[in-house]
Amino acid sequence: MSTLEQTAAAGELTEHHHGPASGIGRWLFTTNHKDIGTLYLWFSFIMFLTGGCMALMIRAELFQPGLQLIEPAFFNQMTTMHGLIMVFGAVMPAFVGLANWMVPMMVGAPDMALPRMNNWSFWILPFAFAMMISTLFMDGGAPNFGWTFYAPLSTTYAPPSVTFFIFAVHMMGISSIMGAINIIATILNLRAPGMTMMKLPLFVWTWLITAFLLIAVMPVLAGVVTMMLMDIHFGTSFFNAAGGGDPVLFQHVFWFFGHPEVYIMILPAFGIVSEIIPTFARKKLFGYASMVYATASIAFLSFIVWAHHMFTVGMPLVGEVFFMFSTMLIAVPTGVKVFNWIATMFRGSMTFETPMLFSLAFVVLFTIGGFSGLMLAIAPVDFQYHDTYFVVAHFHYVLVPGAIFAIMAATYYWIPKWTGRYYNETMGKVHFWLSFIGVNITFFPMHFIGLAGMPRRIPDYALQFADFNAVASVGAFIFGFSQLIFLYNVISCIRSGKKASSEVWEGSHGLEWTLPSPAPYHSFTEPPVVK
Amino acid sequence: MSRATPWLLVALCAPCAAWADWTVNLTQGVTDISREVYGLHMLIFWICVAIGVVVFGVMLWALIHHRKSRGAEAHNFHENVAVEITWTIIPFVILIAMAVPATATLVKMYDQSEAELDIQITGYQWKWRYQYLGEDIDFFSSLSTPQTQIGNEESKGEHYLLEVDNPLVIPTGKKVRFLVTANDVIHSWWVPDLAVKKDAIPGFINEIWTRVEEPGVFRGQCAELCGKDHGFMPIVVEAKSEADYQQWLAEMKQAKSSQAAAAEKTWTLAELMESGQQVYNRTCAACHGPDGGGLPGVFPALKNSPIALGDPAAHIDIVMNGKAGTAMQAFRDQLSAVELAAVVTYERNAFGNNTGDLINPADIAALKQ
Ligand code: HEM
Ligand SMILES: [Cu+2]
Repeated sequence: MSTLEQTAAAGELTEHHHGPASGIGRWLFTTNHKDIGTLYLWFSFIMFLTGGCMALMIRAELFQPGLQLIEPAFFNQMTTMHGLIMVFGAVMPAFVGLANWMVPMMVGAPDMALPRMNNWSFWILPFAFAMMISTLFMDGGAPNFGWTFYAPLSTTYAPPSVTFFIFAVHMMGISSIMGAINIIATILNLRAPGMTMMKLPLFVWTWLITAFLLIAVMPVLAGVVTMMLMDIHFGTSFFNAAGGGDPVLFQHVFWFFGHPEVYIMILPAFGIVSEIIPTFARKKLFGYASMVYATASIAFLSFIVWAHHMFTVGMPLVGEVFFMFSTMLIAVPTGVKVFNWIATMFRGSMTFETPMLFSLAFVVLFTIGGFSGLMLAIAPVDFQYHDTYFVVAHFHYVLVPGAIFAIMAATYYWIPKWTGRYYNETMGKVHFWLSFIGVNITFFPMHFIGLAGMPRRIPDYALQFADFNAVASVGAFIFGFSQLIFLYNVISCIRSGKKASSEVWEGSHGLEWTLPSPAPYHSFTEPPVVK
Repeated sequence: MSRATPWLLVALCAPCAAWADWTVNLTQGVTDISREVYGLHMLIFWICVAIGVVVFGVMLWALIHHRKSRGAEAHNFHENVAVEITWTIIPFVILIAMAVPATATLVKMYDQSEAELDIQITGYQWKWRYQYLGEDIDFFSSLSTPQTQIGNEESKGEHYLLEVDNPLVIPTGKKVRFLVTANDVIHSWWVPDLAVKKDAIPGFINEIWTRVEEPGVFRGQCAELCGKDHGFMPIVVEAKSEADYQQWLAEMKQAKSSQAAAAEKTWTLAELMESGQQVYNRTCAACHGPDGGGLPGVFPALKNSPIALGDPAAHIDIVMNGKAGTAMQAFRDQLSAVELAAVVTYERNAFGNNTGDLINPADIAALKQ
């Protein structure tokens, strides 16, 4: 625990006051985990709305067959930017923001282990995204090759703005890696006395594993975009068959990053739900140890399944079979998690506050996404599903009512601790039900359109897909606009919510609930003792 | 909307009920393979439904009975090794049961032996090229839905966006092997009724096969994002009985020789402009714009462009041979001599480019040799 003492001592020497600095400087120069967490969360919400507007533009165009509102070239820019912004701008920063706020409080630390780096890893992000979004105004427009940016569409055939996209990705990668290092350092070094690894809250565990995934795969992403940069500007031919390269190599490298990436976006969500369900079931989490092992197995397996995104590229039979089996295997630890959550609810004493509602919806809808994932894993059938709306339905089920619902659940769950005030419960429930209904109206029909044969990433479609597309578009607008309720609820909670006690919830357990609400600026100045 | 609303209610209330009867399910298709794939799809689907019923059933039971408002007290169990091992092993067994038939089907799909006809399929931005190996048949196939339907100026036809000028024709009852590749970016050749989807990758050739028993018309689309008009490069496959297929072959060869004859005739500027405009709108307008304005930063304008106003030889060269490293394709094989001459003539005289140049089809025919 010597690191902890050093940090605490350094804190006392340099900072004699215990509150935040005032003015804009507080936010620009802050090294405080709570301020940085707040910055991350607001940034992520702004990106969520930005990416959401793009999604609504896509859905508006797809409301009816024919081209009504936007040109195909711009449509492709919208799908690309929507995907990139949601993945790298909304989901990932939100989880890092939650980790910043909660990890020190949950392990009994005063702050993150590397506070200056923490500041830096956040402040890179606005610049990265400013650069990426500015490509919309460049000649030739923004990147238009999909969030998966397959070469050579993203190299030889890309708009000139691709170079800015590459640098933006580099910056996001640096930010993520620094964030991950910080989280690992905090968890491994700043735990309170008695807080053994197998006593860590699951949110902390899942984040620890996520952080290792990030460190392992963000450099791979950086590598692949650098190879693109070389191909575009320096005459290499990594991905150009005419020069001896291989476009399929791009996909292998991309998905070696990409599949762990999708788990980066869901493991912290698993952690959040594993915190919330026990609280509102008033019962300890079922199968804590198996949850930890399941998370670790998922993380391991996520490195050996990548080519399930590439069943149609013409891999040899053995390759197909290997990736089919390994992908199916992921369903086992995933199933264990779902069973554990349900066993936690079973014979509990449940109440249904907003965080619980979002978590329950998570369990059901994420599982539906898992089912379609299992279907997609069957290689010979994936030939029919691949690159259709069925895939779109699959990953939106795991990402929207999966990752995003978990982030919302976490916000409702911990916001009384952050602000010292409750959000408005009725408004929270309205937000939940509108989101729940909106999400299902949007994405459930996409299963049908996909099976019926509609390819993804097309701005116009044949007539037999028209009805369900119209339905999906209506759902998207319901979902999109109900997020404004969330925004309003959060703001009014900060301003004028009902005062919260330090336990906040009747069934809450864990170190974060031993701190007063709102939590003090420096979380645990004295390390608590965990028995 | 009105037709969709009841569907939606059903969809939300009972996602599993009577799925198979809905036209929105996966197609059974017309080949043995496609029917097997459909069978696997339904099998895995029902397995998921069964697991879902059990899992969500238990959850629902707990949600109803174990709530505080009903006075439920929380029990205090949080571990049970036997249970945990059981629910790890059962899914594992189910997965193996699933993997066996899936692998068997996959092996059949990968059996490329004994093909009776080989057709090379090449993806271009944004059309398909079909070459019948050993038959001297080679043609392009592109969207035939008129722009007016896409722009909503005219009502949409039955096969809106799923119709082409020259369908791929295959004989029934024969094992046809497709050699799939691409000329520029990655495309993916997909016909759901055949359960065939294979990426078309520049520089590589992928193999896939099919055998259709009954004559019919089957429609599909490009399945890999390939740029601006990715949504507008459909696939139509016509399976014909052996006799009809032979007749089609003869007609194709006939058409080819009359094309050659057309190049020998003398064309007036007006004639060339007229057919040039058609070729331009069909082939060039996607990038260079119907008014020759291009797309700034991506596709250059032809209006007032140095190429269109400068030396005709350079203009002909770039149209015939393309420009390496850009989206500008080589049209040498895509267009006939007459079409090439017409479209170059058109580009040199339309959009206010009034150069007055007339390109002679016979000269192009000579260049093509
Ligand atoms: C049981 C677990 C899962 C299995 C078996 C599974 C399987 C698959 C397969 C086979 C594909 C490729 C489909 C295709 O392109 O043809 C796919 C796509 C995808 N999955 Fe999953 N998946 C699972 C869970 C998840 C989770 C948890 C996430 C993220 C939170 C996720 C996110 C995605 C995304 C984003 C794509 C599409 C990527 C793209 O092409 O744009 N999946 N999944
Ligand atoms: Cu994956």
